[in-house]
This record gives sequence, C-alpha cells and structure tokens, in this order.
Amino acid sequence: MGTIRITTCSFMLSLLLVGNAQAAWTLNLTPGVTEISRSVYNLHMTIFWICVAIGVVVFSIMFWSIFHHRKSRGAKAHNFHEHTLVEVIWTLIPLGILVAMAVPATATLIKMYDPSDAELDVQITGYQWKWRYQYLDQEIDFFSNLSTPREQISNEAQKQAHYLLEVDRHLVLPTDTKIRLLLTANDVIHSWWVPALAVKKDAIPGFINEAWTRIEEPGIYRGQCAELCGVDHGFMPVVVEAVPPAEFEQWLADARAQQDAAAAAAGRSWTLEELMTEGEQVYQRVCAACHQPNGTGMPPAFPALVNSPVVLGDVERHIDIVLNGVQGSAMQAFREQLSAAELAAVITYERNAWGNNTGEAVAPSRIVQLLQGDGQSEQEGGQ
Amino acid sequence: MSTLETTTVTGEQHESHHHGPAAGIGRWLFTTNHKDIGSLYLWFSLLMFLTGGVMALLIRAELFQPGLQLVEPGFFNQMTTMHGLIMVFGAVMPAFVGLANWMIPMMIGAPDMALPRMNNWSFWILPFAFAILISTLFMDGGAPNFGWTFYAPLSTTYAPPSVTYFIFAIHIMGISSIMGAINIIATILNMRAPGMTMMKLPLFVWSWLITAFLLIAVMPVLAGVVTMMLMDIHFGTSFFNAAGGGDPVLFQHVFWFFGHPEVYIMILPAFGIISQIIPTFSRKRLFGYASMVYATASIAILSFLVWAHHMFTVGMPLVGELFFMFATMLIAVPTGVKVFNWVTTMFRGSLTFETPMLFAIAFVVLFTIGGFSGLMLAIAPVDFQYHDTYFVVAHFHYVLVPGAIFAIMAGTYYWLPKWTGHQLNECMGRWHFWLSFIGVNITFFPMHFIGLAGMPRRIPDYALQFADFNMVASIGAFIFGFSQLLFVWNVIHNVRSGEAAPARVWEGAEGLEWEVASPAPYHTFTTPPRVE
Ligand code: HEC
Ligand code: HEM
Ligand SMILES: [Cu+2]
Ligand SMILES: [Cu+2]
Repeated sequence: MGTIRITTCSFMLSLLLVGNAQAAWTLNLTPGVTEISRSVYNLHMTIFWICVAIGVVVFSIMFWSIFHHRKSRGAKAHNFHEHTLVEVIWTLIPLGILVAMAVPATATLIKMYDPSDAELDVQITGYQWKWRYQYLDQEIDFFSNLSTPREQISNEAQKQAHYLLEVDRHLVLPTDTKIRLLLTANDVIHSWWVPALAVKKDAIPGFINEAWTRIEEPGIYRGQCAELCGVDHGFMPVVVEAVPPAEFEQWLADARAQQDAAAAAAGRSWTLEELMTEGEQVYQRVCAACHQPNGTGMPPAFPALVNSPVVLGDVERHIDIVLNGVQGSAMQAFREQLSAAELAAVITYERNAWGNNTGEAVAPSRIVQLLQGDGQSEQEGGQ
Repeated sequence: MSTLETTTVTGEQHESHHHGPAAGIGRWLFTTNHKDIGSLYLWFSLLMFLTGGVMALLIRAELFQPGLQLVEPGFFNQMTTMHGLIMVFGAVMPAFVGLANWMIPMMIGAPDMALPRMNNWSFWILPFAFAILISTLFMDGGAPNFGWTFYAPLSTTYAPPSVTYFIFAIHIMGISSIMGAINIIATILNMRAPGMTMMKLPLFVWSWLITAFLLIAVMPVLAGVVTMMLMDIHFGTSFFNAAGGGDPVLFQHVFWFFGHPEVYIMILPAFGIISQIIPTFSRKRLFGYASMVYATASIAILSFLVWAHHMFTVGMPLVGELFFMFATMLIAVPTGVKVFNWVTTMFRGSLTFETPMLFAIAFVVLFTIGGFSGLMLAIAPVDFQYHDTYFVVAHFHYVLVPGAIFAIMAGTYYWLPKWTGHQLNECMGRWHFWLSFIGVNITFFPMHFIGLAGMPRRIPDYALQFADFNMVASIGAFIFGFSQLLFVWNVIHNVRSGEAAPARVWEGAEGLEWEVASPAPYHTFTTPPRVE
C-alpha cells in the first residue's frame, strides 16, 4: 500500500512537471486514479521486474562468456552439447514464473469484466473524428470535438500545454460512482482510451462493448483514440472531467438547461446577422477541417463551398446535404451533431460568406420542421 | 547431364562446368538455377528494404517534432501502410526465401531445388505484385491508407479505390509464397543426400521446413480474407459490414489467424540462421540440437492458438481473453529455451567476433528484449494500456529489425564469401554493425517510453509530452537508415573484389556448404555426397 502511495505521489509530481515544462521525459505507465488502473500498474511493474531479472541472469552469463571464453584469451572450446536435466529445468522454471504471473493477471481481468451494479450509464459512440456522449437516463447527448486551433497544428501559432488533447466539451463524470460505459461506432472502428482509468475498449459499428470505471480523484484525464480510423485518427482526443457527485448533479442540471435553451432558440426568429455570427462559429469549429476556414476546400477530396453550385443553388438541396450527408463520402449527416439553430446558422453562413452573396437566410424553425417531419424514418435508418 | 565422378564429403569438388550460366538478361529471366534465383530474391529484397526504409524515414521526419511539417495526415497514413506491407512482404519474407534457395540445396547435398521451374515463377511474379502495390501511390485517392493490418470497414466501405489493386497484389504475393513453400518442403523431404537423416539437418533447414508448413497453412487464409473484402467492396456482400448484418470483428479474427503465424514466419528462419552462426564462431557444437527442433515445432503449433492476443480490446468474452492470454504466455517458454541454448552454446566455447557473429550476438540480446515486451503484452489486463501504442511499435520492431533483419544480415555476411568467393572486408563490416546497432537502439528503445507515456501508434502529430523521445527516435532512425548504405556498399564491394576465400570460409564452420569451393560453382552436388 505504501509503495502505491509513493508512486501515485511521484506521478502527481511528474504531472505537475508536464504541466509546467510542457515537455518532459515521461518514462512509465501512469498508475492512474482507479483501483483497476493501480492493479494494472502493479501487474505492469511486476512483469517488468521479472523480465529484468531474467534478462540480468541470461545476459550476464552471455557477457561472461564473451569476455572469458574468447579465443584471443586462449579459450579452448569444451565439448558438451546436450544435457537433458538442464533442458528440463529451464523449461519448468519459466513455466512456474508464468503461472505465478497468470494468477494476479486473471484476478484483475475478472474484476475488469464485471460491470454489474453500475450507477450511471454513458453511451460512447465513435464518429470520424469525434466522440458522441449520451447519458442514457439523463437525456443528455452531445459531441466532443478537438478544440486545438488549426494554426497550432500547422505551426503558425505557439502550441499550448494540452495541444491535441483538448476538446470543446468534456465528458463530465462523477467521482466515487460506478459508471458503465457502452461503446459503439457510427462508421469505422475507433478505440476509446483514457490511460488514467486503464480503460481502452474498441468502439465497433454494429456492436455494443461494455467497460466500467470508478474514478477516485477529481481531475481532468486525457486520452486519445487508439484505433486507426482514417485521416484524422490522430485528432480525436478523449477528455474526461471527474467532479464530486454533488457538482456532477449541478452540471447535469446546467447541461439540461442548456439543451432546452438550444431547443427554445430554434423556436424564436433570428436576424441574418445573428445567424451569420453563430454560423461562422459553427463553421470554424465543425466544417473548416475539411472545407477550410475560407471555404476553398481541398479538391478533389473536399469540395470548395465558394461558388459551389450547391451552395449558390437550390436551398433545399443544400439543407439536405448538411442534414443527411452524402452517402459514401466523408460528408456526414449533421442532423444529430448540431442543434436546429446551429444547422440553420451554418447553412446561412455558407450561403452568404466569402462572396457567396445569396442574401438568403434559413430560419431555424424551418430546420425544426424538417427534423420533426422525417424523424420517424431517421429512427429506423439510425438503427 | 552428370559425370560419373563421385564426390565425397571431404574430397575436392569435381563439378561439371559445361553447364555454366546462360549469357545476358535471359540468364536471369529464364533461370531455374537455385543460386541465380536465390540472388534474385536477395537483390529484390534489398531493393524493397531500401524503398520501405525511405518511407520509414519520411514518417520519422514528420514525427521529429509536434505539428504537421512535411506531409498531410492522409499521406502519412499511406506511408505507414506501405512501409509495413513492403517491409513484411517485400523485404523480410523474400530475403528468407532467397537464403533458402541459395543454402538449402547446398546444406542437404542436393543439386538444386525440387521444382526449379516453379521456383522461377515464384520469384518472377513478385516484382509484378510490388509494381502494382507501389503504383497505387500515384492513383486517384492515393495508396492504401488503412494500416498493414487493413481492418474492415476502414479497408472496405471507407477505403480509397486503390484497395482493389492492393488486394490483387496480396494475392500474387500469396501465390508466390505458397509456391516457394511447396518447393522448399519438396526439396527437404525428397532431395537429401544419402545419410542426411532428418535429425542431422542443419537447423536453418529445419526451421525453414517448419516455416514452409506455416506458410502453406496461413497464406490461403490471407487470400481468403482479402477475397472477402473484394466481395464486400464490389459484389454487394456484407461479410464485414455491420449495416448489412456482417461482422467487422470477424475480419480481425481471420486476419490474425494468418497474422500471428506470419510473425513466426518472419522469425523462425532467423532462429535457424543464428543457430548456424553461433556454433561456428564459438567453435563448439550447438547446445541442445534436438530441443531446438522441438522448440521450433512447438512455437509453430502454438502460433495457431494465440491470434486473438492482438484483439484483447475488441470485447471478447472473459474466457476468450483468458485462453489467449495463457496460450500466449506459453509461447514464451519454447522461445526461452532457444535463447538459453544459444547462450549455452557460447558458454565455454572459443569465441571470435567476426561481423556475422556480431550481428548474431546482437540478435540474441535484442530479440530477447523484444520477447520480454511480448511477454508483457501477453498479460491481457495490462495490454489494455499497451495496445495500439508505441509500446507495441517498440515490441515488434525489436523482434523484426534487430531480430529478423539482423539475422538476414548476419546470414548474408556469413555466406557471402561462399557466394562470391571473396573474403569480407571486416573493417567495413564492423562499421556497419556498430552503426546499425547503435541506430536501432536509439530509434526503438525510446518508443517503449513514449508508448507507456500514452502515445497511440499511427498518428502524424502528437501531444507535447511525447516530443523529446520522438526527436531522439527520429535521430536514431536516420543513423540506422543511412548506415544501411554501408551494407549496400559492403555487398557490392564483396561481389566485385576481395581476397580469395577458401572452401571453409570460417575456421569453425561445419556442414556440407563449406565442402564446396568458394565461390560455389554454378552446379553443386550433381552427384550426391555421402554424409557419415
Ligand atoms: C470530414 C470532412 C467534412 C466535414 C467536417 C464537412 N464536410 Fe461538407 N463535404 C465533405 C465532402 C467530402 C463533400 C463532397 C461530398 C460529395 O458530393 O461526394 C462535402 C460536401 C458538402 C457540400 C456540398 C458542396 C458541393 O459543392 O457539392 C456542402 C454544402 C457541405 N459539404 C457543407 C458542410 C457543412 C455545413 C459542414 C459543417 C457542418 C461540412 N460540410 C463539414 C466533407 C466534409
Ligand atoms: C515471446 C514471444 C512473443 C510474444 C509473447 C508476443 C506477443 C505479442 C502480443 C501480445 C502482441 C499484441 C500487442 C497489441 O497489439 O496489443 C504482439 C504484437 C506484435 N508482435 Fe509479438 N510476441 C512475441 C514475439 C514476436 C515475434 C517473434 C515477432 C516477429 C518477428 C512478433 C511480431 C509482432 C508484430 C508485428 C506485432 C504487431 C502487429 C500489429 O498490430 O501491427 N512478435 N506480440
Ligand atoms: Cu482513431
Ligand atoms: Cu501475435
């Protein structure tokens, strides 16, 4: 127990160093902040020291021979080349060590595989290249996108401390609560990983995987997608914010209120300016990765929106593409990722920015109508 | 065809020289001579090694610093994919087949491979396979970008159009490997000289025999999985497409049923080479010959039972995880036996350290380090932390670069004088060795740390806490990469000049290949030798 505390403590210290010095020579696995992650860390250290011990023995004998049995020192070759007892011994000893190692490993694995009695269920869905978090009984549902500005990635701006490990919305979770995570994916396979929780589980389309965690210390824990999932695989971090249960309740209430406000916002009428301001924000956050901040895209992979026939043409078609995506291309359906007001705003923005001066505004209420109108068929399509 | 002279094991060679090589390019296109075909394989493998190496350096250059500097993420993924495919199928596997072609007939006292025309075919379809694969870099939508493990649906529904060419290329490589394997088995089982019983076979021959069976068992599985992909992409099936009722995890099971034996295909012949070299330079017989054979065979059998250790995080049931964890840990036992045998062979020998021996010793040490990290990865609950991070990258590079590649280089230096008739330039050999040894460790050792610290693999850009070690690894990669030019120089130089080598090039060398003259005549053992 004592050693655990010491290692945790030195880990916290090294975290501080990371925070301050930006770059540090981090060497080892994190002991993490859950009981499971500490078991995993201990298993890791045990097997590591076993390997070191075997290595020391084997390599010492080898280097002993290299120094003492070299021809240049007059060594004469002895003539032995078989010894059954020795062979049996060095088969059985490693076997024994492995059995000893398998016991605690099995125990930890069994604990990891027991998600029973969870008090909170969160569904995590991998999308190309963002995570969606749904709190199943709380009716909270949002997407979490990388928030590192493009200029930092392209080296035009100073990189900040959490470069590539920061998102627009954290997955907020209560501490000291058993949380069940249900993982799936919408397109390709992703893998949700937070080292400090020792949870890494693949998010696979058509499957629901289970994992669980019980976080002991409040804090912000960062991880990344761990399964190659396409171009921006390196750019879909996971950020978990663990808060005490009371604070979590407060957060839930706030998040629900925010969701309701977004729904209400769709009901009121918006001016063109309002839509443009909101639309620009949404565009830069969500669309600019592919269509570029100035709408020029990266043809042929990502079409330009400046002077695009779709954007300048029939508004229904434009709305359809943004809501439902283009099958078989990287252009996804945004109907679930953005609120009605955001959708209306971003479409309006595209139709009026960068010299696309159509002067047309799309009212949020129009989008609400569309979303409700075919909500039924969407339910089926989404299954 | 043959003269009636008898060749004894110890006697001078009286080979018939009237069947020399044909002149011009035709010699290489139509050759059925195992030595010519061996050389073709080896040159091809060297070319692919350099091609894959350039891609690796591009990857390491991009990863020198955080941020995107040189390449777009899309192209980065194409580079990692092509690097992996080219190194596995283009560099390591053909090199071993080349060594097998050159050495197996000479080691068992056979005049050639059992099926010489098929031998010509198995080589000559390879350049086409790689021409197709590499041409995808210039296609619309780019080359395959889904990793050398090409997990569906990223490699099916979401793949670039060039995936069809990739599938075709894999098929050709598979056919080539299967033909090569059949040939090797037929040769070893049917063409041994009188008196060369199975338990007298040199270990290189034994390990290739076992490897060839692995190849025949799993290459059709690879062919099957890419064919299922082809059906999904073009013929409307849904093997791997969840929306159509398919199962993306099935892909991984089938792939790794091929994939894990494949990693042993890349290491067993290396074990064989090292088991030839260490006794020679220890001037002492290999310790535990029989246990080496049994260990190799048990590794091969176990390798069919551990595939899902690459899939601990896909959400297998608990019993599945446990089974694959135990089976994987078990594989470390025969692997350990081999290492202990090598060390014991050196123990109380009379050691010298010529270039082949240096590479062999480095192999034993560094491969063992790779084995240790393999053992760590086998512990399923901990693998959740290691999986798909740089720790895995460090593991498989330790077993493949200072493992498979060092063994290939050791073997090349060991047998080169036999092939060319020229003694090695030891000084240049040492330079190559030490630069490679230092470079490989600077490159791959820090990757253990980066992985443990939490950096996922296959990403073009990374968080700041990984910056320092990535820079170190990139510097190491350039040292290692450029040192390989010394290897190229050494080989070319040795082909063209050097002191004349005697038949028994190395003082302690044993075996039929050292009974024939250096350079080995175009036809050897047209009359079988008699092995006492
Ligand atoms: C992951 C990359 C990606 C993102 C993010 C993305 N798009 Fe697209 N978008 C595409 C691609 C690819 C197409 C071309 C689809 C096709 O026709 O094959 C496209 C097409 C379009 C078109 C039709 C343009 C034309 O000329 O055909 C519009 C409009 C559009 N996107 C709007 C948006 C909006 C609005 C957003 C943000 C909410 C967005 N896109 C985000 C990739 C993206
Ligand atoms: C002691 C013997 C070994 C053990 C116990 C072992 C174990 C493992 C495990 C568990 C993994 C999966 C890691 C993960 O993805 O989470 C792995 C990956 C890998 N191993 Fe080994 N290994 C051993 C030897 C070898 C050898 C000899 C080779 C090849 C020469 C090899 C090549 C690889 C490769 C290429 C991968 C990565 C595949 C990929 O995901 O791209 N291993 N090993
Ligand atoms: Cu990913
Ligand atoms: Cu494996």
